[in-house]
Amino acid sequence: MAVTTKQKAGWGAANTVTLVIIAIPLLWIASLSFKTPAAITDPSFWPAQWTWGNYSGILTNSTFVRPLVNSIGIGLIATLVAVVFASMAAYAVARLAMPGKRLLVAGALLISIFPQISLVTPLYNIERSMGLFNTWPGLIIPYIAFGLPMAVYILAAFFQQIPWQLEKAAKVDGATPWQAFTKVIAPLAAPGMVTSAILVFMFCWNEFLFAISLTSTTSARTAPAALAFFSGGSQFTTPTGPIAAAAVVITIPIIIFVSVFQRRIVSGLTSGAVKG
Amino acid sequence: MSTSTQTAAVAAPGEAPAKHRRRYKKPPLSQGARAERKLGLLLCAPAVIVMIGVAAYPICYAVYLSLQKYNLAFPNAAKFVGLDNYGAVLSSPYWWQALKVTVIITVFSVLFELVLGMALAEVMFRTIFGRGFMRTIALIPYGIVTVAAAYGWLYAWTPNEGYLSALFGNSAPLTSTVPSLAIIILAEVWKTTPFMALLLLSGLAQVPGDLEKAAKVDGATFWQRFTRITLPLMKPAILVALLFRSADAFRIFDNIYVLTGGGHNTYSVSILGYDNLFSALNLGIGSAISILIFICVAIMAGVFIWGFGVKAPGADLAK
Repeated sequence: MAVTTKQKAGWGAANTVTLVIIAIPLLWIASLSFKTPAAITDPSFWPAQWTWGNYSGILTNSTFVRPLVNSIGIGLIATLVAVVFASMAAYAVARLAMPGKRLLVAGALLISIFPQISLVTPLYNIERSMGLFNTWPGLIIPYIAFGLPMAVYILAAFFQQIPWQLEKAAKVDGATPWQAFTKVIAPLAAPGMVTSAILVFMFCWNEFLFAISLTSTTSARTAPAALAFFSGGSQFTTPTGPIAAAAVVITIPIIIFVSVFQRRIVSGLTSGAVKG
Repeated sequence: MSTSTQTAAVAAPGEAPAKHRRRYKKPPLSQGARAERKLGLLLCAPAVIVMIGVAAYPICYAVYLSLQKYNLAFPNAAKFVGLDNYGAVLSSPYWWQALKVTVIITVFSVLFELVLGMALAEVMFRTIFGRGFMRTIALIPYGIVTVAAAYGWLYAWTPNEGYLSALFGNSAPLTSTVPSLAIIILAEVWKTTPFMALLLLSGLAQVPGDLEKAAKVDGATFWQRFTRITLPLMKPAILVALLFRSADAFRIFDNIYVLTGGGHNTYSVSILGYDNLFSALNLGIGSAISILIFICVAIMAGVFIWGFGVKAPGADLAK
């Protein structure tokens, strides 16, 4: 079908509008991060004078660097554990005859729409009595639980598309179910695992409510939570520049992720979340 | 859950194979089947334990706490008070204000997201240039940390600092209720429209292209094709997207926390629950609020699944 000039112009306009709506808020926060403290009260979109001062300020300050390290560590550990647990469960759901599958899938669905605030109060009390409050595991464990449902859906959908004759062949050749899983199926499932790992990590990176509720100092507080606790040089200055710079720093990994893994993220979200 | 296996197990020895209408290919409880079942349960165990430990047990504990008079400032004065906390919450104007705000935000943001998400899905699915690039760009708001984006909106609307405030005559919209809610909804819609679009995209991809072409040959306009063919075929995807986004919008917290802190009567139910725990230190009332929010979300999910016949996502995974 030939593309007419009118169609070209129409899609060109649609693309441009989409691009502008998405880009302006991003450029604004980037622009704020380059403004000098004096220029913050100048509402023009671009800084009159560009400075790296906000970045050097936050990156030499432990109130941001430590939370950044926490974010990376907590996110990576929670992602790793969630994907391993989810792979095991998804394999069982997709492939093995066993009771309770429906219950598992329904439970996962329930958690994925669960209001986190309902868990904050009890978890706060439980974690304080168990000594988990304000520690890495205190955040990692809830993150695993909330990352699991998405990972189970994506991986179960993925496992169902794998040619299972291979597994049968391995069993005929004398492999145990465990060997069939680790030696034959797991390598084939690796792309699904990568997809779910990206999405779980993005969830952990973004999470805010648990991060401010279950921590009290920078020893476990993650970067989004640290943003909310930034204070200015004195009580009369709002820390706009440093917050903007910190916002940019925690956005950069996301931009890298979506640029590199766009296809995987789209296919993961569309195949895992909805099977219409 | 276990009925199918039990019937199969009881029926198996004496009866003809034809009666096995269940999914087992092998006779049940052969050694292989038993091993398979055991492996399955073992593989699910870690995930199930974490989900029970973090969600099921705490929610039960929250029910228990909600029946106590329990203030962290006076931990030794805790005592059982029955449903008093629920009475206190349900007769409080704060709860109803929070519920009203939450419902308003949920309804408006989900509506705008549905319309804009549909448009964005069309762009991501059909655009003739830079499809990959457009998809990547559209994913950025989805991935961006909500709090980071919220600070962007906060400063943009701060008088003497922000370009949007300057654009509207140096106005301070975050100091009164209705404009604040509008900005909260704006921030929410900007951030989550791409997610809505992705959920809709999967529905769009399932509409057969031949059907559209045939309608086009028959002279149907774009709008007719969209309303008569695309929309009806996308209904399952739309309902699932609505379910997920409504449940998600109902627990809105991050944007309000940053934009208004819940001031000027813009607090949602999640903000109210948070404040009762961390400002008032009232575990009993806080837990009662938590349980009420949980009930609201459960009702909402129930309405979608039973009322509209949404096939629960993943239902076909368990076949």
